[in-house]
Amino acid sequence: MAMTTEGPKPASRGAGAEGRLQTEEMILNVGPQHPATHGVFRLLATIDGEILINAEPVIGYMHRGYEKLVEQRDYRQITNLVSRMDWLSGINNELPLAMAVEQLMEIEVPPRAQYLRVILCEMNRILNHLMFFASFGAELGAITPTFYAFREREDIQRVMEATTGGRMHFGFFRPGGLKEDVPRGFVDEALKGVRQVIERLPDYENLLVGNEIFKQRTIDVGVLDREAAYSYGVTGPIARGSGIDMDIRKDEPYLVYDKFDFDVCSAPNGDCFDRFWVLVGEVGESARIVEQAIEDLPPGPIMGKVPRVVQAPAGEVYVRTENPLGELGMYLVSDGDRRPYRLKIRTPSYSNVSALSHVLANTYVSDMIAILGSFFFVLGDIDR
Amino acid sequence: MFDITLATWQILVIKVLVILTVVPLGALVGGYAEHKVMAHLQHRLGPMYPGGWHGWATTLADGIKFLLKEDIIPAAADRKVFSFAPAAIMVPIIMTYLVIPIDRNLVIEDLDVGLFYLLAIGSLSTIGLLMAGWSSANKYALIGALRSAAQLIAYELPIVLAAAVVAMLAGSLSLIDIVEAQNFPFAVWPPGIGLVAFLLFTIGAVAEMTRVPFDMPVAESEIITGPFTEYSGMRYIFSHMFAEMGHMVAFGGIAATLFLGGYKPIVPLRILEFIPGVFWFAGKTMFMIFLFLWIRPTFPRVREDQLQKFAWKFLIPVGLVLILATGAWVLYV
Repeated sequence: MAMTTEGPKPASRGAGAEGRLQTEEMILNVGPQHPATHGVFRLLATIDGEILINAEPVIGYMHRGYEKLVEQRDYRQITNLVSRMDWLSGINNELPLAMAVEQLMEIEVPPRAQYLRVILCEMNRILNHLMFFASFGAELGAITPTFYAFREREDIQRVMEATTGGRMHFGFFRPGGLKEDVPRGFVDEALKGVRQVIERLPDYENLLVGNEIFKQRTIDVGVLDREAAYSYGVTGPIARGSGIDMDIRKDEPYLVYDKFDFDVCSAPNGDCFDRFWVLVGEVGESARIVEQAIEDLPPGPIMGKVPRVVQAPAGEVYVRTENPLGELGMYLVSDGDRRPYRLKIRTPSYSNVSALSHVLANTYVSDMIAILGSFFFVLGDIDR
Repeated sequence: MFDITLATWQILVIKVLVILTVVPLGALVGGYAEHKVMAHLQHRLGPMYPGGWHGWATTLADGIKFLLKEDIIPAAADRKVFSFAPAAIMVPIIMTYLVIPIDRNLVIEDLDVGLFYLLAIGSLSTIGLLMAGWSSANKYALIGALRSAAQLIAYELPIVLAAAVVAMLAGSLSLIDIVEAQNFPFAVWPPGIGLVAFLLFTIGAVAEMTRVPFDMPVAESEIITGPFTEYSGMRYIFSHMFAEMGHMVAFGGIAATLFLGGYKPIVPLRILEFIPGVFWFAGKTMFMIFLFLWIRPTFPRVREDQLQKFAWKFLIPVGLVLILATGAWVLYV
């Protein structure tokens, strides 16, 4: 096919380029209600025909004030609250806060709880990544991958549900450990679900990643170069897609991540295809971690020695973990009360989305959809 | 045999009634097929409840639901044009059914220029799309309308070129003559030429129907069904759902007529001739519709500029070469 992916040529712009049809710029308001924005995200796009000249993201439609709410609740309640920030990876949100409280109070978490935390976090990561796999395909007009991804999601989702009682907001991590031990049959079911994902990953590759039209739509589209990614504080799969080989699980291992053998997926070009490729690759890596963690799962208690009154001594702590979408940081300040004095949350989507207007300038309107889809953001995580 | 003489107006009424039954029926069945075929390609069951058996009444229920919905016309819209656009989209599609021969003697109008008529009428509905997009006073609708106009110009040409190949081989523009001129291996004959023309036509048809992978003009996740963004209720199904299904059935019939030998049996065996031509025609049309339905869940959407490049830099040159090859074949073989 004689199709090439050149950048758009804004030739018709400007006051009366000779011999050309004179065109005008038009402001297109994308969102807050638009299918490609996954929620109430707004993009003020200046377009000239099919060319997108620049786009300004507008956020804040979903601000729920979690940082302030946390100050009104005690330490046993706040993990459930932050679970609702990024609704696709609830359990990954609970983790850094639970860890922060543990560090302030110097609570030792038993190994079984640590292993189970890794397993649940990684299964949640698979759920999250498959969700973005599904939605990215759907945005590019490929509807079938959605159903493939949801079939695999359902198996893992069922395990999570049986374990925690929730499908999105798990509320399972407590300062000191877990809410309760995993149910009988957890090991088999989890292994089954995860192995199925590993087994079916090549199907995904055939269906979408290897598709010629898909490549045309994504390769060299929406390039976020390494320097820009650094300067905007982009993390997670998007940064790794831009060649930044960072993963907190590897760089500053928390929990028991240093005991597992897994690779950090990264790709050099920073285009939509690379971001997506990293995302799909990470599904397999997460599945590998779950397999290993289940094999080594030690017996024992699931709760550390937590005093009856959870009251952190005065002090401050910053904990950062690798959320499915990037670095999630929790800066917790305590003044010795039962409630946190202040919690500052650094969410991955917020920083990642700030790079959007840089990437969106001078692309096609249709590229906008591919770029938005490949930036893997969750609205609740941006506004929290 | 019966000797029934009918007045011209009586014949006209019967013809109109037939068309007005066939088109909605085709759209309903096509819509149901789309639900089911896509569902089974995607590990789903699709609709199972409406009507009882495998949700056969889904599209019927959908249609009734849409008919009962409020018909909203935006305050800023150009009311007259906005209200008229669905008709301007729908009528040309209905009119294509006039010349498609269902059997040797079963055609509503056997025009001498049937093929020409088909191609001319088929492109008229774009005017309706432009009207809808412009009058909606919505930027998404406008972008969609312009995209569909550009797409029509680009993809009408491969269709015309492919149809020209068929007309050259048959030596006639009458669709009955074209079917009569086709023989056993149908689309595969003449070697190479027939198959390429068929593929060209199918690609063009998919683009003309604005279905995936060429559905940029109505891209749901992007410009929210383009020209139909502001439509609701009855006008929405007539201009979008109904038109798309009607278009698909029509293109299925046209492809069956031009390339698959219309009402003729698929293999030239005496035994098969007792089966009426209607069934052969219907079977071939259904095959084509299945092909169209199969393409949709398989591919992502092609970008607007890539779509144009694909038509102008690839399909049309191939079509032109094909015309030359056909000319040589007709002259020397």
